Amino acid sequence: MAKELWKGNEAIAEAAVRAGLQAYFGYPITPQTEILEYLSRRMPELGRAFVQAESELGAINMVYGAACAGVRVMSTSSSPGVSLMMEGLSYIAGTEVPAVLVNVMRGGPGLGNIAPSQADYNQAVHGGGHGDYPRIVLAPASVQEAIDMMGLSFDLAEKYRMISMMILDGSVGQMMEPAEMPEMKPIVERNWDWATNGALNRERRILSSIYIEPAAEEVANLRLANRWKEVQANEVRYKEYFLDDAEIVVVGFGTAGRVSLSAVRAARAQGIKVGLLRPITVSPFPYEVIDQLTGQAKAFLVVEMNMGQMLSDVRLAVRGRVPVEFHGRPGGMVPFPDEILHEVQRMNGANLSVHADPINSWLARMAEVK
Amino acid sequence: MAAPESLVYERPESFTDTPTHYCPGCTHGVAHRLVAEVLEEMGVTNRTIGVAPVGCAVFAYNYFDTDFVEAPHGRAPAMATGVKRVLPDRVVFTYQGDGDLASIGMGEIVHAAARGENITVIFINNANFGMTGGQMAPTTLPGMKTTSSPNGRDVESQGYPIRMSEMISTLDGVGYCVRRSLHDPKNIRLAKKAIRMAFETQVRGLGFSMVELLSTCPTNWGMTPVNSLKFVEEHMVPAYPLGDYKVSEAIKQVKI
Repeated sequence: MAKELWKGNEAIAEAAVRAGLQAYFGYPITPQTEILEYLSRRMPELGRAFVQAESELGAINMVYGAACAGVRVMSTSSSPGVSLMMEGLSYIAGTEVPAVLVNVMRGGPGLGNIAPSQADYNQAVHGGGHGDYPRIVLAPASVQEAIDMMGLSFDLAEKYRMISMMILDGSVGQMMEPAEMPEMKPIVERNWDWATNGALNRERRILSSIYIEPAAEEVANLRLANRWKEVQANEVRYKEYFLDDAEIVVVGFGTAGRVSLSAVRAARAQGIKVGLLRPITVSPFPYEVIDQLTGQAKAFLVVEMNMGQMLSDVRLAVRGRVPVEFHGRPGGMVPFPDEILHEVQRMNGANLSVHADPINSWLARMAEVK
Repeated sequence: MAAPESLVYERPESFTDTPTHYCPGCTHGVAHRLVAEVLEEMGVTNRTIGVAPVGCAVFAYNYFDTDFVEAPHGRAPAMATGVKRVLPDRVVFTYQGDGDLASIGMGEIVHAAARGENITVIFINNANFGMTGGQMAPTTLPGMKTTSSPNGRDVESQGYPIRMSEMISTLDGVGYCVRRSLHDPKNIRLAKKAIRMAFETQVRGLGFSMVELLSTCPTNWGMTPVNSLKFVEEHMVPAYPLGDYKVSEAIKQVKI
């Protein structure tokens, strides 16, 4: 299909429809509302389920019900709304049913603002709902990538009976770019052997997140842990740019990664041996790739639109062998390529210490921003 | 010559062969049985999906021989909405207590009713949070002692009871909304008929249906089962009048 001009949020909605979305439940919140609006028209015209829920609590529990019924189901929201969904996400994870959630992130904490942000990385990747559970998290940096990841999100969620989240900052949701839509896929009745869709002459099924016996809950937790090992072994995705001879490795996901690429290109033009690693799956995180890059890199620079969340994962992979620096723009700010270029120039040939706290030195540099 | 034995009472087929975990004298067992009998009589057991609540009925899925899911506290109507919207030809019901439905789940129940979701809600009102040991619920009567209103519910500081059936019946999406009681055989028979009508409302696509059942909680009320039944009759029924709060014209014509 030819490239068309698509707005990120609407592209996500249409891509989900074409991937076989059977039910959507959502609630208005900026900057993701266009997904809800688009699907309020598109889903009924295809005879598929759409409900504007009374709240994000309602929406995620409608997702939970439809997921138990065994259909392709999705919700979308933005940061404060996703916080409200955490209860439902934990139940969905505990029940081991597949569901897709998109978080078009905005500045926080609290009501924050409606500007682009990556401040929900920890909530998506490490935290969120109560209890111990893994989830897949994809981080697109463009409208095209967001489109391409929709079908993948459903496939991964179903393959591993797990939540698959897509986190993007508000700018990817709001901007228009040329992008190519995939063909419309037909709805596939999957007849999962676990779905509670009305017994109809088979043994009845129960879907629940209850394991009242701790020993049974432990078994369930270990089952999730072992499934996660499989995800880690098979589903790590990332993009590399100019890494072959890179001495400085910039790591950034989503828009921060995309802006970093401009800076990396500019630095290359100045003869600086710098490259970029852009994680596509931030969960499972590409620890191994960073581990390998640590052998060649003299230093890492982590760029995020938050106060240094993925930074912890990079440091975990680097394990103190080389310095890791940080540049972040929190609160709904987006870094300019020049800022990142400036950081790369500063690091190039500098005598950096592995003992310096990257957050402290970043905060000291940020003091000038005020 | 002795008359041949005839079986006059047995487990409904839509019940599993599992002893319940409910306290002796509690009316949950009666309510469960009535639902099971109705599902069987309507011949819909094998296309029904139940949604269990959080509360005393959290293990309801062990007792009904139907598919079941287990919702987070108060969210059963939202979960049921998700199931019903993707499987509109199935029968979907929630079974919720007063903490679940009238406290934490107030948003979900009101909006499921307002949307006219074709689901059936069985609402057990026993005036307290049973599972957590008898705390005050939105339905606790003024002056009633609970573990979190030890001197009796003081309406000045703890507010007034909520009458759910009256409230839900004001919504246009509702096809059937009645209150019944389980305190004596006559009322139990009336309750069963109401449960049947609620499910008939659903299978006819006439909108949201709810049956509120005044119920006992002997353990947390600190009463014998018999005194609990008397308490329902003497104190609950006056505060929560029995009756048909909303019955759509189409369902009034249904004769069973």
